[in-house]
Amino acid sequence: MEQDIIDGLKLKKDQVLEQWLKDQAEASDYSNNFNTNEELEGQSAELVDILLSTLNEDTLNNFSSGDLEPLTDYISSLTISRARQGFSPRETATYIFTLKDALIKVLGEIVAGEPTKLYSVTLKISKFIDNIGILSFETFITGREDVISQQSDEMAELSTPVIRVWNGILAMPIIGTLDSARTQIVMENLLQGIVDTGSSIAILDISGVPAVDSLVAQHLIKTVNATRLMGAECIISGIRPEIAQTVVHLGIDLSQMITKATLESALKYAFNTLQLEVRRIDKNKAN
Amino acid sequence: MPMTIKENMAIQQERDLVYCRNRVKEIAAKIGMGIVNQTKLITATSEIARNMLRYAGGGNVKVEVITRGKLEGLQLVFEDSGPGIPDINKAMQDGFTTGNTLGLGLPGAKRLVNEFAIQSVVGKGTTVKILKWKNG
Amino acid sequence: MERIPILKMGRFLLVTIQVDLYDRLALTLEEDLVQMVYDTGASGVLIDISALSIVDSFMGRIIGNIAGMSSIMDAETVVVGMQPAVAITLIELGLPLAGVHTALNVERGMALLESRMSARPDDTSDADDD
Repeated sequence: MEQDIIDGLKLKKDQVLEQWLKDQAEASDYSNNFNTNEELEGQSAELVDILLSTLNEDTLNNFSSGDLEPLTDYISSLTISRARQGFSPRETATYIFTLKDALIKVLGEIVAGEPTKLYSVTLKISKFIDNIGILSFETFITGREDVISQQSDEMAELSTPVIRVWNGILAMPIIGTLDSARTQIVMENLLQGIVDTGSSIAILDISGVPAVDSLVAQHLIKTVNATRLMGAECIISGIRPEIAQTVVHLGIDLSQMITKATLESALKYAFNTLQLEVRRIDKNKAN
Repeated sequence: MPMTIKENMAIQQERDLVYCRNRVKEIAAKIGMGIVNQTKLITATSEIARNMLRYAGGGNVKVEVITRGKLEGLQLVFEDSGPGIPDINKAMQDGFTTGNTLGLGLPGAKRLVNEFAIQSVVGKGTTVKILKWKNG
Repeated sequence: MERIPILKMGRFLLVTIQVDLYDRLALTLEEDLVQMVYDTGASGVLIDISALSIVDSFMGRIIGNIAGMSSIMDAETVVVGMQPAVAITLIELGLPLAGVHTALNVERGMALLESRMSARPDDTSDADDD
Protein backbone atom coordinates (compact mmCIF):
# COMPACT_ATOMS: atom_id res chain seq x y z
CA MET A 1 0.00 0.00 0.00
CA GLU A 2 2.93 2.32 0.69
CA GLN A 3 4.31 1.44 -2.70
CA ASP A 4 1.19 2.81 -4.38
CA ILE A 5 1.63 6.11 -2.62
CA ILE A 6 5.32 6.27 -3.48
CA ASP A 7 4.50 5.54 -7.11
CA GLY A 8 1.97 8.34 -6.90
CA LEU A 9 4.70 10.65 -5.64
CA LYS A 10 6.95 9.62 -8.48
CA LEU A 11 4.27 10.55 -10.99
CA LYS A 12 3.97 13.96 -9.38
CA LYS A 13 7.70 14.56 -9.34
CA ASP A 14 7.47 17.86 -11.15
CA GLN A 15 4.89 19.09 -8.70
CA VAL A 16 7.10 18.14 -5.74
CA LEU A 17 9.98 20.06 -7.24
CA GLU A 18 7.85 23.07 -8.03
CA GLN A 19 6.41 23.13 -4.53
CA TRP A 20 9.86 22.72 -2.98
CA LEU A 21 11.36 25.58 -4.97
CA LYS A 22 8.46 27.75 -3.93
CA ASP A 23 8.94 26.82 -0.27
CA GLN A 24 12.66 27.46 -0.54
CA ALA A 25 12.03 30.93 -1.91
CA GLU A 26 9.64 31.65 0.91
CA ALA A 27 12.07 30.50 3.63
CA SER A 28 13.60 33.82 4.65
CA ASP A 29 17.09 32.33 5.07
CA TYR A 30 17.36 32.20 1.34
CA SER A 31 17.14 35.91 0.76
CA ASN A 32 20.82 36.20 -0.08
CA ASN A 33 22.33 32.91 -1.05
CA PHE A 34 25.42 32.42 -3.12
CA ASN A 35 23.90 30.17 -5.73
CA THR A 36 22.24 31.55 -8.78
CA ASN A 37 18.65 30.45 -9.18
CA GLU A 38 19.44 28.11 -12.05
CA GLU A 39 22.13 26.42 -10.07
CA LEU A 40 19.83 25.95 -7.15
CA GLU A 41 17.03 24.70 -9.33
CA GLY A 42 19.28 22.23 -11.09
CA GLN A 43 20.59 20.93 -7.78
CA SER A 44 17.11 20.63 -6.33
CA ALA A 45 15.79 18.82 -9.42
CA GLU A 46 18.68 16.39 -9.23
CA LEU A 47 18.05 15.70 -5.55
CA VAL A 48 14.31 15.14 -6.07
CA ASP A 49 15.15 12.85 -8.96
CA ILE A 50 17.56 10.73 -6.94
CA LEU A 51 15.31 10.74 -3.89
CA LEU A 52 12.26 9.50 -5.74
CA SER A 53 14.17 6.97 -7.82
CA THR A 54 15.72 5.33 -4.74
CA LEU A 55 12.58 5.56 -2.61
CA ASN A 56 10.46 2.40 -2.37
CA GLU A 57 8.53 0.51 0.26
CA ASP A 58 11.68 -1.13 1.53
CA THR A 59 14.02 1.88 1.61
CA LEU A 60 11.34 4.07 3.17
CA ASN A 61 11.42 1.87 6.25
CA ASN A 62 15.12 1.10 6.24
CA PHE A 63 17.41 4.11 5.86
CA SER A 64 20.55 1.98 6.15
CA SER A 65 19.58 -0.02 3.06
CA GLY A 66 22.34 -0.32 0.47
CA ASP A 67 19.89 0.72 -2.26
CA LEU A 68 19.97 4.26 -0.84
CA GLU A 69 23.65 4.65 -1.58
CA PRO A 70 23.14 7.01 -4.57
CA LEU A 71 21.02 9.26 -2.33
CA THR A 72 23.38 9.23 0.68
CA ASP A 73 26.38 9.87 -1.58
CA TYR A 74 24.58 12.78 -3.19
CA ILE A 75 23.59 14.26 0.18
CA SER A 76 27.20 14.00 1.44
CA SER A 77 28.70 15.71 -1.58
CA LEU A 78 25.93 18.30 -1.57
CA THR A 79 26.58 19.11 2.10
CA ILE A 80 30.32 19.41 1.53
CA SER A 81 29.96 21.63 -1.52
CA ARG A 82 27.42 23.85 0.26
CA ALA A 83 29.70 24.14 3.30
CA ARG A 84 32.56 25.17 1.01
CA GLN A 85 30.34 27.77 -0.65
CA GLY A 86 29.76 29.30 2.77
CA PHE A 87 26.23 28.14 3.57
CA SER A 88 25.57 27.92 7.28
CA PRO A 89 24.44 24.56 8.70
CA ARG A 90 21.08 26.21 9.38
CA GLU A 91 20.68 27.11 5.72
CA THR A 92 21.50 23.60 4.55
CA ALA A 93 19.17 22.08 7.14
CA THR A 94 16.37 24.45 6.08
CA TYR A 95 17.01 23.50 2.48
CA ILE A 96 16.54 19.80 3.28
CA PHE A 97 13.58 20.26 5.63
CA THR A 98 11.62 22.39 3.16
CA LEU A 99 11.66 19.33 0.93
CA LYS A 100 9.74 17.55 3.68
CA ASP A 101 7.05 20.23 3.59
CA ALA A 102 6.78 19.95 -0.20
CA LEU A 103 6.54 16.14 -0.09
CA ILE A 104 3.87 16.22 2.60
CA LYS A 105 1.82 18.79 0.72
CA VAL A 106 1.83 16.63 -2.41
CA LEU A 107 1.12 13.53 -0.30
CA GLY A 108 -1.94 15.29 1.02
CA GLU A 109 -3.28 15.47 -2.51
CA ILE A 110 -2.47 11.87 -3.34
CA VAL A 111 -4.01 10.36 -0.23
CA ALA A 112 -6.84 12.82 0.12
CA GLY A 113 -9.80 11.53 2.12
CA GLU A 114 -7.91 8.82 4.01
CA PRO A 115 -6.62 10.55 7.17
CA THR A 116 -5.23 7.42 8.88
CA LYS A 117 -3.28 6.40 5.81
CA LEU A 118 -2.06 9.93 5.25
CA TYR A 119 -1.00 10.18 8.88
CA SER A 120 1.03 6.96 8.80
CA VAL A 121 2.77 7.68 5.51
CA THR A 122 3.47 11.29 6.48
CA LEU A 123 5.14 10.05 9.63
CA LYS A 124 7.35 7.72 7.61
CA ILE A 125 8.30 10.31 4.99
CA SER A 126 8.99 12.77 7.78
CA LYS A 127 11.31 10.30 9.48
CA PHE A 128 13.01 9.57 6.18
CA ILE A 129 13.78 13.23 5.53
CA ASP A 130 14.91 13.61 9.15
CA ASN A 131 17.46 10.88 8.47
CA ILE A 132 18.69 12.79 5.44
CA GLY A 133 19.04 15.82 7.71
CA ILE A 134 21.03 13.84 10.27
CA LEU A 135 23.27 12.46 7.53
CA SER A 136 23.92 15.95 6.22
CA PHE A 137 24.70 17.18 9.73
CA GLU A 138 27.12 14.31 10.32
CA THR A 139 28.86 14.95 7.02
CA PHE A 140 29.19 18.59 7.94
CA ILE A 141 30.77 17.76 11.32
CA THR A 142 33.14 15.19 9.82
CA GLY A 143 34.21 17.72 7.22
CA ARG A 144 34.91 20.24 9.95
CA GLU A 145 36.86 17.68 11.98
CA ASP A 146 39.03 16.90 8.98
CA VAL A 147 39.74 20.59 8.53
CA ILE A 148 40.56 20.95 12.24
CA SER A 149 42.94 18.00 12.33
CA GLN A 150 44.60 19.18 9.14
CA GLN A 151 45.00 22.65 10.61
CA SER A 152 46.41 21.39 13.88
CA ASP A 153 48.97 19.36 11.91
CA GLU A 154 49.88 22.46 9.94
CA MET A 155 50.01 24.53 13.11
CA ALA A 156 52.37 22.09 14.78
CA GLU A 157 54.57 22.26 11.71
CA LEU A 158 54.35 26.04 11.38
CA SER A 159 54.88 26.82 15.02
CA THR A 160 58.28 25.16 15.22
CA PRO A 161 60.53 26.98 12.77
CA VAL A 162 64.26 26.36 12.86
CA ILE A 163 66.18 29.55 12.20
CA ARG A 164 69.82 29.69 11.31
CA VAL A 165 70.97 32.79 13.18
CA TRP A 166 74.63 32.39 12.41
CA ASN A 167 76.93 29.95 10.74
CA GLY A 168 76.87 27.09 13.26
CA ILE A 169 74.08 28.49 15.43
CA LEU A 170 70.42 27.52 15.18
CA ALA A 171 67.52 29.04 17.08
CA MET A 172 64.05 27.67 17.60
CA PRO A 173 61.40 29.81 19.27
CA ILE A 174 58.67 27.75 20.92
CA ILE A 175 55.27 29.36 21.16
CA GLY A 176 52.49 27.64 23.07
CA THR A 177 52.37 24.62 25.32
CA LEU A 178 55.00 21.93 25.04
CA ASP A 179 53.28 18.55 25.27
CA SER A 180 54.82 15.23 24.36
CA ALA A 181 53.52 15.21 20.77
CA ARG A 182 54.84 18.73 20.25
CA THR A 183 58.16 17.86 21.86
CA GLN A 184 58.66 15.08 19.34
CA ILE A 185 58.12 17.53 16.46
CA VAL A 186 60.40 20.09 18.11
CA MET A 187 63.14 17.48 18.57
CA GLU A 188 62.77 16.11 15.04
CA ASN A 189 62.93 19.55 13.43
CA LEU A 190 65.76 20.75 15.64
CA LEU A 191 67.92 17.65 15.18
CA GLN A 192 67.29 17.54 11.45
CA GLY A 193 68.18 21.24 11.32
CA ILE A 194 71.44 20.47 13.09
CA VAL A 195 72.27 17.77 10.54
CA ASP A 196 71.27 19.92 7.56
CA THR A 197 73.25 22.99 8.59
CA GLY A 198 76.07 21.30 10.46
CA SER A 199 75.40 23.55 13.43
CA SER A 200 77.01 22.83 16.76
CA ILE A 201 74.82 25.08 18.92
CA ALA A 202 71.05 25.15 19.12
CA ILE A 203 69.11 27.74 21.10
CA LEU A 204 65.64 26.78 22.26
CA ASP A 205 63.79 29.94 23.19
CA ILE A 206 60.83 29.35 25.51
CA SER A 207 59.70 32.99 25.91
CA GLY A 208 56.44 31.98 24.25
CA VAL A 209 55.75 28.99 26.49
CA PRO A 210 53.07 30.05 28.98
CA ALA A 211 54.14 27.82 31.89
CA VAL A 212 56.85 25.34 32.75
CA ASP A 213 55.78 22.46 34.97
CA SER A 214 57.71 19.30 35.72
CA LEU A 215 56.41 17.64 32.56
CA VAL A 216 57.49 20.51 30.31
CA ALA A 217 60.84 20.56 32.11
CA GLN A 218 61.20 16.86 31.36
CA HIS A 219 60.52 17.52 27.68
CA LEU A 220 63.16 20.27 27.67
CA ILE A 221 65.71 18.00 29.32
CA LYS A 222 64.98 15.30 26.74
CA THR A 223 65.51 17.75 23.91
CA VAL A 224 68.79 18.97 25.42
CA ASN A 225 70.01 15.39 25.87
CA ALA A 226 69.03 14.34 22.36
CA THR A 227 70.88 17.36 20.95
CA ARG A 228 73.94 16.34 22.92
CA LEU A 229 73.78 12.81 21.49
CA MET A 230 73.97 14.34 18.03
CA GLY A 231 77.16 16.15 19.02
CA ALA A 232 75.71 19.62 19.42
CA GLU A 233 74.95 21.81 22.41
CA CYS A 234 71.48 23.03 23.31
CA ILE A 235 70.88 26.25 25.24
CA ILE A 236 67.49 27.12 26.72
CA SER A 237 66.74 30.83 26.59
CA GLY A 238 63.77 32.99 27.40
CA ILE A 239 63.49 32.04 31.07
CA ARG A 240 61.09 34.73 32.27
CA PRO A 241 61.02 35.61 35.99
CA GLU A 242 57.66 33.82 36.46
CA ILE A 243 59.12 30.70 34.91
CA ALA A 244 62.21 30.87 37.13
CA GLN A 245 59.90 31.18 40.14
CA THR A 246 57.68 28.22 39.28
CA VAL A 247 60.66 26.06 38.37
CA VAL A 248 62.27 26.63 41.76
CA HIS A 249 59.00 26.41 43.70
CA LEU A 250 58.22 23.09 42.05
CA GLY A 251 61.71 21.85 42.87
CA ILE A 252 62.59 21.15 39.24
CA ASP A 253 66.30 20.69 38.64
CA LEU A 254 67.46 22.45 35.49
CA SER A 255 71.07 22.67 36.58
CA GLN A 256 72.12 20.07 33.98
CA MET A 257 71.21 22.49 31.20
CA ILE A 258 72.60 25.78 30.07
CA THR A 259 69.82 28.30 30.66
CA LYS A 260 69.78 31.99 29.81
CA ALA A 261 67.26 34.70 30.59
CA THR A 262 67.18 36.16 27.10
CA LEU A 263 67.88 35.09 23.54
CA GLU A 264 70.49 37.83 23.48
CA SER A 265 72.55 36.34 26.29
CA ALA A 266 72.18 32.87 24.74
CA LEU A 267 73.55 34.26 21.48
CA LYS A 268 76.46 35.90 23.33
CA TYR A 269 77.22 32.56 24.98
CA ALA A 270 77.08 30.84 21.58
CA PHE A 271 79.42 33.41 20.00
CA ASN A 272 81.78 32.95 22.87
CA THR A 273 81.77 29.17 22.48
CA LEU A 274 82.46 29.48 18.75
CA GLN A 275 85.18 32.02 19.56
CA LEU A 276 83.39 34.80 17.70
CA GLU A 277 83.25 38.43 18.70
CA VAL A 278 80.78 41.18 17.85
CA ARG A 279 82.30 44.65 17.85
CA ARG A 280 81.19 48.18 17.08
CA ILE A 281 83.06 49.60 14.13
CA ASP A 282 84.62 52.97 14.73
CA LYS A 283 84.12 54.58 11.34
CA ASN A 284 86.56 57.45 11.94
CA LYS A 285 89.34 55.07 12.79
CA ALA A 286 88.49 52.67 9.99
CA ASN A 287 89.19 55.20 7.25
CA MET B 1 43.54 2.23 1.92
CA PRO B 2 44.28 0.06 4.98
CA MET B 3 46.55 -2.83 4.14
CA THR B 4 46.12 -6.29 5.49
CA ILE B 5 49.52 -7.53 6.47
CA LYS B 6 49.99 -10.43 8.83
CA GLU B 7 53.34 -12.07 9.36
CA ASN B 8 54.97 -14.59 11.59
CA MET B 9 58.64 -14.66 12.44
CA ALA B 10 60.56 -17.12 14.56
CA ILE B 11 63.30 -15.82 16.85
CA GLN B 12 65.73 -18.66 17.46
CA GLN B 13 69.14 -17.01 17.22
CA GLU B 14 70.82 -13.60 17.19
CA ARG B 15 70.64 -13.31 13.41
CA ASP B 16 66.84 -13.64 13.53
CA LEU B 17 66.81 -10.48 15.64
CA VAL B 18 68.41 -8.49 12.83
CA TYR B 19 66.01 -9.96 10.25
CA CYS B 20 63.01 -9.26 12.49
CA ARG B 21 64.04 -5.61 13.01
CA ASN B 22 64.53 -5.06 9.30
CA ARG B 23 61.25 -6.71 8.37
CA VAL B 24 59.29 -4.66 10.95
CA LYS B 25 60.98 -1.51 9.63
CA GLU B 26 59.97 -2.42 6.06
CA ILE B 27 56.35 -2.97 7.01
CA ALA B 28 56.26 0.22 9.08
CA ALA B 29 57.64 2.18 6.13
CA LYS B 30 55.07 0.55 3.86
CA ILE B 31 52.15 1.90 5.90
CA GLY B 32 53.77 5.33 5.87
CA MET B 33 55.10 5.49 9.44
CA GLY B 34 57.55 8.37 10.01
CA ILE B 35 61.25 7.67 10.53
CA VAL B 36 61.28 8.54 14.24
CA ASN B 37 58.31 6.31 15.00
CA GLN B 38 59.83 3.56 12.87
CA THR B 39 63.04 3.77 14.88
CA LYS B 40 61.15 3.75 18.19
CA LEU B 41 59.18 0.70 17.08
CA ILE B 42 62.15 -1.35 15.89
CA THR B 43 64.10 -0.43 19.02
CA ALA B 44 61.23 -1.68 21.19
CA THR B 45 61.05 -4.79 18.99
CA SER B 46 64.76 -5.37 19.46
CA GLU B 47 64.51 -5.03 23.26
CA ILE B 48 61.59 -7.45 23.62
CA ALA B 49 62.88 -9.97 21.09
CA ARG B 50 66.30 -9.99 22.74
CA ASN B 51 64.70 -10.59 26.15
CA MET B 52 62.79 -13.47 24.62
CA LEU B 53 65.98 -14.93 23.17
CA ARG B 54 67.99 -14.46 26.33
CA TYR B 55 65.51 -15.61 28.96
CA ALA B 56 63.24 -18.01 27.07
CA GLY B 57 65.63 -19.33 24.43
CA GLY B 58 63.54 -17.87 21.63
CA GLY B 59 59.95 -17.55 20.54
CA ASN B 60 57.65 -16.18 17.92
CA VAL B 61 56.73 -12.68 16.68
CA LYS B 62 53.43 -11.89 14.99
CA VAL B 63 53.23 -8.62 13.07
CA GLU B 64 49.91 -7.18 12.01
CA VAL B 65 48.66 -3.91 10.53
CA ILE B 66 45.86 -2.58 12.73
CA THR B 67 43.27 0.11 12.07
CA ARG B 68 41.08 1.67 14.74
CA GLY B 69 38.82 4.42 13.42
CA LYS B 70 41.12 6.86 11.68
CA LEU B 71 44.25 5.46 13.30
CA GLU B 72 46.52 3.01 11.54
CA GLY B 73 49.45 1.26 13.12
CA LEU B 74 51.45 -1.90 13.68
CA GLN B 75 50.77 -4.47 16.35
CA LEU B 76 53.43 -6.96 17.38
CA VAL B 77 52.85 -9.98 19.59
CA PHE B 78 55.87 -11.72 21.09
CA GLU B 79 55.18 -15.23 22.39
CA ASP B 80 57.53 -17.62 24.10
CA SER B 81 57.17 -20.77 26.13
CA GLY B 82 60.03 -19.96 28.46
CA PRO B 83 60.19 -19.96 32.25
CA GLY B 84 57.90 -16.92 32.59
CA ILE B 85 58.39 -13.81 34.73
CA PRO B 86 57.56 -14.31 38.43
CA ASP B 87 57.15 -10.61 39.27
CA ILE B 88 56.03 -8.53 36.29
CA ASN B 89 55.88 -5.28 38.27
CA LYS B 90 59.52 -5.71 39.18
CA ALA B 91 60.49 -6.56 35.59
CA MET B 92 58.83 -3.36 34.45
CA GLN B 93 60.98 -1.20 36.75
CA ASP B 94 63.85 0.76 35.25
CA GLY B 95 67.16 -0.78 36.09
CA PHE B 96 65.84 -4.14 37.27
CA THR B 97 67.73 -7.03 35.72
CA THR B 98 68.51 -10.65 36.42
CA GLY B 99 70.81 -10.97 33.43
CA ASN B 100 73.65 -8.48 33.84
CA THR B 101 72.13 -5.96 31.43
CA LEU B 102 71.03 -2.36 31.86
CA GLY B 103 67.52 -3.46 32.80
CA LEU B 104 66.02 -1.01 30.36
CA GLY B 105 64.56 -3.64 28.04
CA LEU B 106 60.89 -3.90 29.01
CA PRO B 107 60.30 -0.51 30.68
CA GLY B 108 62.24 1.21 27.90
CA ALA B 109 60.27 -0.61 25.21
CA LYS B 110 57.04 0.45 26.91
CA ARG B 111 58.06 4.11 26.68
CA LEU B 112 58.69 3.77 22.94
CA VAL B 113 55.26 2.48 21.92
CA ASN B 114 51.63 3.60 22.28
CA GLU B 115 50.27 0.45 23.87
CA PHE B 116 52.07 -2.23 25.82
CA ALA B 117 50.63 -5.33 27.50
CA ILE B 118 52.46 -8.20 29.14
CA GLN B 119 51.17 -11.53 30.39
CA SER B 120 53.28 -14.20 31.96
CA VAL B 121 52.68 -17.56 33.58
CA VAL B 122 55.59 -19.08 35.47
CA GLY B 123 56.59 -22.34 33.82
CA LYS B 124 54.43 -21.69 30.76
CA GLY B 125 55.72 -18.60 29.03
CA THR B 126 55.37 -14.90 28.39
CA THR B 127 53.37 -12.87 25.88
CA VAL B 128 54.13 -9.22 25.16
CA LYS B 129 51.84 -7.20 22.92
CA ILE B 130 52.85 -3.78 21.63
CA LEU B 131 51.17 -1.30 19.33
CA LYS B 132 52.59 1.74 17.58
CA TRP B 133 50.38 4.17 15.66
CA LYS B 134 51.62 5.53 12.37
CA ASN B 135 51.46 9.11 13.61
CA GLY B 136 51.84 8.50 17.32
CA MET C 1 84.15 -14.79 11.58
CA GLU C 2 82.76 -11.37 10.67
CA ARG C 3 84.58 -8.40 12.21
CA ILE C 4 84.24 -4.65 12.07
CA PRO C 5 87.49 -3.07 10.80
CA ILE C 6 89.34 -0.62 13.03
CA LEU C 7 91.51 1.99 11.32
CA LYS C 8 94.45 3.73 12.95
CA MET C 9 94.73 7.41 12.07
CA GLY C 10 97.62 9.03 13.81
CA ARG C 11 96.97 9.03 17.52
CA PHE C 12 93.37 7.99 17.06
CA LEU C 13 91.41 4.90 16.13
CA LEU C 14 88.45 5.09 13.76
CA VAL C 15 85.63 2.58 13.60
CA THR C 16 82.90 3.00 11.01
CA ILE C 17 79.97 0.70 11.66
CA GLN C 18 78.38 0.01 8.28
CA VAL C 19 76.50 -3.21 8.97
CA ASP C 20 73.63 -4.17 11.22
CA LEU C 21 75.10 -4.91 14.59
CA TYR C 22 74.05 -8.19 16.03
CA ASP C 23 75.07 -8.88 19.58
CA ARG C 24 78.07 -11.14 18.99
CA LEU C 25 79.54 -8.71 16.45
CA ALA C 26 79.16 -5.84 18.93
CA LEU C 27 80.87 -7.83 21.67
CA THR C 28 83.72 -8.73 19.32
CA LEU C 29 84.10 -5.05 18.43
CA GLU C 30 84.35 -4.15 22.12
CA GLU C 31 87.07 -6.74 22.60
CA ASP C 32 89.03 -5.81 19.46
CA LEU C 33 88.85 -2.11 20.14
CA VAL C 34 90.09 -2.29 23.70
CA GLN C 35 92.93 -4.58 22.58
CA MET C 36 93.78 -2.11 19.80
CA VAL C 37 93.84 0.84 22.23
CA TYR C 38 96.31 -1.09 24.32
CA ASP C 39 98.47 -2.20 21.36
CA THR C 40 98.67 1.21 19.67
CA GLY C 41 98.60 3.44 22.71
CA ALA C 42 95.94 5.49 20.95
CA SER C 43 94.70 8.52 22.82
CA GLY C 44 91.30 8.72 21.17
CA VAL C 45 88.62 6.48 19.67
CA LEU C 46 86.10 7.65 17.07
CA ILE C 47 83.03 5.52 16.54
CA ASP C 48 81.06 6.52 13.44
CA ILE C 49 77.48 5.28 13.73
CA SER C 50 75.98 7.40 10.95
CA ALA C 51 74.95 4.26 9.05
CA LEU C 52 73.15 2.73 12.03
CA SER C 53 69.37 2.99 11.95
CA ILE C 54 69.00 1.50 15.41
CA VAL C 55 70.86 1.63 18.72
CA ASP C 56 69.07 -0.36 21.40
CA SER C 57 70.01 -0.75 25.05
CA PHE C 58 72.43 -3.57 24.28
CA MET C 59 74.40 -1.59 21.71
CA GLY C 60 74.15 1.46 23.94
CA ARG C 61 75.75 -0.57 26.70
CA ILE C 62 78.56 -1.71 24.38
CA ILE C 63 79.26 1.92 23.41
CA GLY C 64 79.28 2.89 27.08
CA ASN C 65 81.60 0.00 27.85
CA ILE C 66 84.06 0.95 25.12
CA ALA C 67 84.12 4.54 26.40
CA GLY C 68 84.58 3.43 30.00
CA MET C 69 87.32 0.90 29.22
CA SER C 70 89.19 3.27 26.90
CA SER C 71 88.94 6.00 29.48
CA ILE C 72 90.76 4.01 32.16
CA MET C 73 93.39 3.25 29.53
CA ASP C 74 93.67 7.03 29.03
CA ALA C 75 91.90 7.23 25.67
CA GLU C 76 88.79 9.31 25.02
CA THR C 77 85.85 8.05 23.00
CA VAL C 78 83.74 10.16 20.66
CA VAL C 79 80.57 8.81 19.07
CA VAL C 80 79.92 10.62 15.79
CA GLY C 81 77.12 10.93 13.27
CA MET C 82 74.18 9.65 15.28
CA GLN C 83 70.96 9.97 13.28
CA PRO C 84 68.24 12.24 14.73
CA ALA C 85 65.71 9.42 15.00
CA VAL C 86 68.24 7.26 16.86
CA ALA C 87 69.06 10.10 19.27
CA ILE C 88 65.38 10.74 20.04
CA THR C 89 64.77 7.01 20.56
CA LEU C 90 67.76 6.58 22.87
CA ILE C 91 66.54 9.46 25.06
CA GLU C 92 63.03 8.00 25.22
CA LEU C 93 64.50 4.60 26.02
CA GLY C 94 66.30 6.20 28.98
CA LEU C 95 69.85 5.92 27.68
CA PRO C 96 71.49 9.36 27.37
CA LEU C 97 75.04 7.84 27.09
CA ALA C 98 76.23 10.31 29.72
CA GLY C 99 79.90 9.30 29.78
CA VAL C 100 80.42 9.46 26.02
CA HIS C 101 81.57 12.45 23.97
CA THR C 102 79.65 13.14 20.78
CA ALA C 103 80.21 15.02 17.53
CA LEU C 104 78.26 15.72 14.37
CA ASN C 105 80.65 13.94 12.01
CA VAL C 106 84.10 12.35 11.84
CA GLU C 107 85.80 15.65 11.04
CA ARG C 108 84.27 17.43 14.05
CA GLY C 109 84.98 14.39 16.21
CA MET C 110 88.61 14.48 15.20
CA ALA C 111 88.78 18.23 15.98
CA LEU C 112 87.17 17.60 19.36
CA LEU C 113 89.74 14.94 20.22
CA GLU C 114 92.60 17.21 19.06
CA SER C 115 91.38 20.07 21.21
CA ARG C 116 90.97 17.82 24.23
CA MET C 117 94.49 16.44 23.72
CA SER C 118 96.02 19.90 23.59
CA ALA C 119 94.08 20.91 26.69
CA ARG C 120 95.71 18.16 28.72
CA PRO C 121 98.13 19.78 31.14
CA ASP C 122 100.44 16.78 31.62
CA ASP C 123 100.55 15.61 28.02
CA THR C 124 103.77 17.31 26.98
CA SER C 125 105.22 14.44 24.94
CA ASP C 126 103.95 15.52 21.52
CA ALA C 127 101.87 18.59 22.13
CA ASP C 128 102.68 21.94 20.52
CA ASP C 129 102.94 24.92 22.76
CA ASP C 130 99.48 26.45 23.32
